[in-house]
Amino acid sequence: MSSAGPSRRDNKPISLQRTFSWQRLREEVIRCLLFGCALLSVATTLAIIFVLVTESLVGIPPQTAFFQDVSWREFFFGTTWTPQFAEAQQHFGIAPLVCGTLLITGISGLIGLPAGLMIAVYLSEYATPRARSICKPLLELLAGVPTVVYGYFGLRFLTPYVLIPFFKQMGFSIYGFNALCGGIVVGIMIIPMVASLSEDVLRAVPSSLRESGYALGATKFDVSARIVVPSALSGVLASFLLALSRSIGETMAVAICAGNSPNLTLNPFASIQTMTAFIVNVMQGEVVAGSTLEKSLYAVALVLFLMTLSMNLVSQIILNRYREVYQ
Amino acid sequence: MSLHGPDYERRLVWRHFLGLMFEWACRLTTFLSLGILAVLLFSIGRQAIGWLDWGFLVRSNSYEPREAGIMAGLMGSLWLILLTAIMSVPLGVGAAVYLEEYAKPTRMTKFIQLNISNLAGVPSIVYGILGFTVFVRMFGLRDRPEEFILDLWFTEIRFFLPLGRIVLSGACTLTLLSLPVVIISAQEALRSVPASLRHASLALGATKWQTVRHQVLPAALPGILTGVILSLSRAIGETAPLAVLGAAAQLSFAPGRIESVGDAIQNPSKMLQAPFDQFTAIPLQIYGWINDPKPVFEHVAAAGIVVLLVVLMLLNGAAIFIRQRFQKKIRW
Repeated sequence: MSSAGPSRRDNKPISLQRTFSWQRLREEVIRCLLFGCALLSVATTLAIIFVLVTESLVGIPPQTAFFQDVSWREFFFGTTWTPQFAEAQQHFGIAPLVCGTLLITGISGLIGLPAGLMIAVYLSEYATPRARSICKPLLELLAGVPTVVYGYFGLRFLTPYVLIPFFKQMGFSIYGFNALCGGIVVGIMIIPMVASLSEDVLRAVPSSLRESGYALGATKFDVSARIVVPSALSGVLASFLLALSRSIGETMAVAICAGNSPNLTLNPFASIQTMTAFIVNVMQGEVVAGSTLEKSLYAVALVLFLMTLSMNLVSQIILNRYREVYQ
Repeated sequence: MSLHGPDYERRLVWRHFLGLMFEWACRLTTFLSLGILAVLLFSIGRQAIGWLDWGFLVRSNSYEPREAGIMAGLMGSLWLILLTAIMSVPLGVGAAVYLEEYAKPTRMTKFIQLNISNLAGVPSIVYGILGFTVFVRMFGLRDRPEEFILDLWFTEIRFFLPLGRIVLSGACTLTLLSLPVVIISAQEALRSVPASLRHASLALGATKWQTVRHQVLPAALPGILTGVILSLSRAIGETAPLAVLGAAAQLSFAPGRIESVGDAIQNPSKMLQAPFDQFTAIPLQIYGWINDPKPVFEHVAAAGIVVLLVVLMLLNGAAIFIRQRFQKKIRW
């Protein structure tokens, strides 16, 4: 081992810290390398922010940023979104895209959140260990299906064989591309996520709380719905937020099912365009570097990033608090 | 004297009825979601019947639906996943080791941790935009790509700066995308290694790194591998970031223009050239077929989806196999 160090003859105290040895140097170098790996994630975040901000808010001198070309007033309050038109007819009002995104998120939330929570309650309170061991991997499978597959499923099965016959009969006019299908498909996609996150928080509720409920004569339903879920409420809400932020950022399924026409509408049977679908749609073709169209991509991506980031941050903070309470 | 109110019996029946209904509602929701999975697989499988054969796997794409094939995408996806694994495993495991073994709970560590869990929630399309700006265009470094030749002693590699829409750009983007998930799962695996193992090793005089390298990492390896494979299988199904990079939906050649296994063995330099070549991937081809105006291509898309799902199943199967095989051997 290390041969460096003062000889034992002189009676000075031996310093264990300060002496140099190759071993210590190696340890220190490895530590720094590993720290570098961890810092890469911070660098990624900074890079995302840098890229989005320099293209949309403050340009690096020869180039101008999006908001230097287009007024923020038009961007946030305008109601037409036609960046792919010729220069004279270009309008950059993001409202239709935000509206489409919120429509999809709303529908997916209506489907995915209650279903996910009920599955979580079933898995944590009712299911036998054997049923759990069968259901959980299957749910993971559902979570592992790529989004483009869900898009295909929505476009080629859900819309033509389920939605159109059903709603046509009820007298609605419904199109091949419609927001409802996109919302349902995204709702199905977030079910496994809500279920597994909520199940974790439900299981973390101490069993003493459940037992006190039973001791007072509560039924299983009372215990689940009035004790377990309320005491895990903050965690459940955090999982809801995470799921909704995922459905805001969901791209392929929506781009395939819900179409690509930026309409300012809340009609779920109409074709809409979300922020994500706009980005993918534009990038499919050739974009002229430095054009306003290209910069508008970054502006939309910045709005998307800020929306999901704020939801993620809030839910992370809630989840961390929650863990401190029960663990 | 009665212990309970007048309508106690009636309410008790009601409460039990309500409980039963709730239990069945929960159970039905669970089975319904799993039923959707079955319907999804069934409807896609039915569309793909008659279209999925050996020729589909080895042909490149064609405008003629019957002649269409997925070879270019299959090879592209394999290259992507290989390069992504090479980059994201050391970086991700390194970060996890730092956070679990080295870092003290300072504000900085907490910040990094929060940052990682936030990155895991950033939409994949934002990573696509990042990759497009940083790797494909390199911040508009040059107006026009300039060719460079890297001269190795046995062969030379041609590449352009900015990199453009090549396999390496795609793999770097997917690496950034999958890193947070790899880090989080590796951290969980490291956390499950008991502290006594570390204490014993340190007590015997091993340094921190020796302890990590020879005790902790081997013990956590199955867990890490499982997490890595699962997050890679997420990455392989990602379409949005690759589509945003501007990768072609359909190509008629595999990266590096490798035509067969024999070709790759006889011309090893093609293997080195492949990361710097254009690419397509299975999900991109599927997306292209879905968007194709000819309705017959929906069958081709379905066949492509079956191939994608089989690749994912193989990866997931490998993960489950590793988990089963190695977890039983280790007894704390």
